[in-house]
Order: sequence, then structure tokens, then C-alpha cells
Amino acid sequence: MSANLIWEAAETLPVEKMRELQLTRLKECVKRAMNVEFYRETFAERGITPDSIRSLEDIRQLPFTVKDDLRRNYPFGMLAVPKSELIRIHASSGTTGKPTFCGYTRSDLDTWANLCARFLVAGGLRREHIAQVSFGYGLFTGGFGLHYGIEKVGTAVIPVSSGNTARQVLMLRDAEADALICTPSYALNLAEALAEAGLKPGSLNLKMAFLGGEAWTESMRHAIEEALGINVYNNYGLSEVLGPGVSGECIYHSGMHIQEDHFFVECIDPDTGEELPDGEQGELVITALTREAMPIIRYRTRDLATLDRSLCPCGRTTMRMGRVYGRTDDMMIVRGVNVFPSQIEEALLKAGGTAPHYLIELTRPKSTDRAVVKIEIRPEDFSDRMTEMQALKQRIDREINAMTGLRFEIELLPPNTLERSLGKAKRVNDLRNLKD
Amino acid sequence: MSTNIHQLSLFLENRSGAINEICQTLKDAAISIRTLSLADTEQFGILRLLVKEWEAARDALSKAGFVVKVTDVTALTVEDRPGGLAAILDALAKHGVNVEYMYAFTFGSGDKAIMVFRFADHGKAMQALKAENIDTVKEMDLFK
Repeated sequence: MSANLIWEAAETLPVEKMRELQLTRLKECVKRAMNVEFYRETFAERGITPDSIRSLEDIRQLPFTVKDDLRRNYPFGMLAVPKSELIRIHASSGTTGKPTFCGYTRSDLDTWANLCARFLVAGGLRREHIAQVSFGYGLFTGGFGLHYGIEKVGTAVIPVSSGNTARQVLMLRDAEADALICTPSYALNLAEALAEAGLKPGSLNLKMAFLGGEAWTESMRHAIEEALGINVYNNYGLSEVLGPGVSGECIYHSGMHIQEDHFFVECIDPDTGEELPDGEQGELVITALTREAMPIIRYRTRDLATLDRSLCPCGRTTMRMGRVYGRTDDMMIVRGVNVFPSQIEEALLKAGGTAPHYLIELTRPKSTDRAVVKIEIRPEDFSDRMTEMQALKQRIDREINAMTGLRFEIELLPPNTLERSLGKAKRVNDLRNLKD
Repeated sequence: MSTNIHQLSLFLENRSGAINEICQTLKDAAISIRTLSLADTEQFGILRLLVKEWEAARDALSKAGFVVKVTDVTALTVEDRPGGLAAILDALAKHGVNVEYMYAFTFGSGDKAIMVFRFADHGKAMQALKAENIDTVKEMDLFK
């Protein structure tokens, strides 16, 4: 294993040293959390003080943090520092119209860039390369997170952002990018566009892609690798605990190396909260050990994956996680954007004129997600005038777009056409093939 | 005497057999369709029907689960000659009357066509027709 694929010594720290470092940082993290009213109160209820943490196992005394806690403390209740200390704010979708804000201090941003640099270098990115970022630049952490990581490596960034595939193809060809950063489905989309433009795999300078932001499969990886003639690496993160950079693959594709010096990751049974043995699929629970602005303790990610502590030939000593194979809640990832059915519900309520019966249908006809909302109209809202019916559709389209930032196809249906379930209503029909 | 014609408006799902189910329901209720018009988009349609027994038809269709609405429309006789329809539309335009939609049909062996209008402003349209001495066709005469 050549040392130039390892960015920092921390990645190869002996396991014992890593645990020591984690314990020290966990103690500091709990201390910082005492600056947050939410944590002060939940700790007090359980009689927890910073002194309660004597070993890493003591983390199990600490309460879980869930998305709803972040929502209840909207907008800035989870901050452990004065707002003046922030130099960046990102946001992730909430389960309703309200997003979750994520604040970053200067040190948080440095850490973030460094962690992104780690997985980029692990896949072979070097200073002399050029990297094209086709993630959206904005509230979503993908664009800026990777951008600063690439700069950290010393690589030139092309911040092309998302959309305008024709321009993306032009940039890839003419700027001779070595690396591509985007969602897996957009990489497939670009591969198709390149083929249509008559560009054969290998005719470009492109060598590698770092993909993330949505669930995908090994077969998708192979399809992208083949179509573009490149190496493709998976990475993982979520803005609640930082953004991309929580974990990423090395050249051995043996799971994503978790940046354990910054994140303490547990894998639990989502129903009982009990820790699961390595290799068993469970919900990932993440503690952001070094986050200054927002110390997040035992965050229930709702992402289902496995953990692996066996040794990787790359020389890193860190624990690895498998692909995210699903969610414990009803969140969907559509074209890289997190969407909750409750957001669609709220948008429909705002638009008015429809029954509370709807179904979201997700398909992936080629490489791009197709998202349709099927909605039953109420008899009293039906009009014999086409203009009124079209206005209703447009109103729904506008509200859903405002709520999610995405365009859904709107399909109006007569009442009582969607299947009724006896228990919880079925809101999402995901027909995309996202599992191997 | 009312000048209105009762039209049944139905929401139509875009799938094969949707119109047929409506026709079957009317057949089972022994109701004959005088005429129909269809407005469609790529995803749904609006079917407009004229039947003599509109109340019975409405009840039968609602019972069968269709979204059905009764809409007031106006029927006018149009001379079957060049400019026949233009004369009527000219008169309506003169009074600033907007037509939401319209459709035509003939019946019997007459040399006149019936034009069905859905006006944006029904009251205003009625005043305009009266001022221009244009007679509307009464519902009972439509189904003679």
C-alpha cells in the first residue's frame, strides 16, 4: 500500500490509541453539549454530568438525539456557540416545511475539508488533478463540502454545480477533469450524455468518481465504471453530524472507512436500541466528537447499514461501514434530495383542492429518478373547466416545489382509486431498484 | 322558463376503458346519450354529456363512483351556412362575452346545428343574447 493514498496519520492510528483519543474527545464533546439547553436538560433528567463518562462504553448512558429534537430546537437551539462564532450555515430537509439548520465554526469547516480530503486521497485524488463538482452548491452539504475538501488536497476545482448536462459534458471534455463528484444517478446520466455526444469511455481524461448523497448499488457502480472507464468510490455523510466525510471508500472497495477520530459510530437494533454485533444490519447512530458549533450526541441517522472492524489491506485501522441499504423511516432520496412524505402532504394541504389520499411513485426509467405524486381529487373540487383543473395542478406543482425544491409529476385521480390500507397509509411506492 | 341546459361533467382518468365504464353505467340505467364532448390532457380528461334524464344519469354515475357535476350550459341554433356560427360569435364578442368551451351536434333531419356553449359569465351571456335577439334552445326541445 503506497503511503500517498493516506492523507493523515490519524487514519492509521493503532486501535487502542484511537479508542483513547475517542474517549478524550467524547468527554470534551459532552462538556460542549452542556452549552446546549436541550442537552443540559436531557442530561439532568438522567443525572448525567461530564464526569459520568469514564470509558467509551459509558456513551450508552447518553440519550439518543433524533431529527425531531433538531426540529423542536429550530432554528438555532442546538448551537453550543454564540452565533457570532459561525461562519457557515447549511440546512437539510425537515419532515415538514421547516428545514434543520446546521451551523459551522471555522474549526468545523477545517475539520470537514480535511475529512473530505481523506476519502478523496484514498481514492487516488492528487494535487495535480482537476476535479469537477457536479453536486448542487447551496444549502445541501454535498457541493461545498466536497469543494473545500478538493481544495484542501490542493487539486483544482471546477465548481460546475448541478444541472445543464450539456455544459457538464463540455467541461468534462475540455477542462480535462480527472475526477467527478456527484450523485450516482447523475453520474449515470452524464455517462449517457457522453455516449450520445459520441465520446467513448477512455477518450476523456476522467479517471475516478466520488459518488454519494443517495442509496445505490454495486451493480450501479459497475455500470458507471464500465460506461465511463473509471474507478468509482462511495462516500457517506449527513449534514446533521457534519456533511459528507463521515466515511468513504479506499481503493479496495471493502466498505467505507469511518473517520473514527471525529465520529463515534454505533449500529443498533432500531426497535430496541440495543447494540448489534458487527456484520448485522442495523441503524447507524453517530456522535460527532469534534463538532464545535453543534455537538450532536448519539444521532439516530435512520440509515441502515452494517459495521466491519476487520483489517483492511489499505493500512487504515478504522472501522468500516457497508452501503446504506435503506431507512428506518419514510424518507426518500429523489435525485439526491431528501424528501419526506409529510412534506408532500403539507404542500397538498397548502395547495387545497385535493383529498388527503395520495401516493408517491418513484421509478428510475433510465438513470434519472422519475417522481410522480398521484392525488385523488375531491368531487366538490372537480370543475368542468379545463382552466380550473390545470390551475389546480399548477398550484400543487408550485407548493411541492416550494417545499422540496424538486419537481414532481402531478397525476390527478378520481376519488377512491388509490388503495386503502387498514393500518398506516402507504404513501410511497419506490419501484427503483436500489438493492443489489 | 329556464334557458339552461343541464350538462353532466365527468372527471376522466387517463386509462383504457374509462369512457366505456361510463357508457356501460348509462346503458344499465337505460339512458341514451344525446351528445358528448371530451377535453383531454396527457393525464386526465373532462367528459361533457347531454342526456335527457340528467338527474337519473347523475345519480347512476355518482353511485357507480364517478365524479360527476351538473353544469349549466346554453344551447343555440346555428344556421347551416357559411357564416352561421360567425354571426353568433360576433354578437357575443360585441358584448364582451367569453366562451369557456363549446361543442356542436346535429339531430333530426333539420338543416340546423345545435351549438352548446359554456360561458365564463352566464348572466352576462344571457343579457347579450337577449339584446341581439338570439333565441336559446330549450332543454325540452333538445330531446324531442
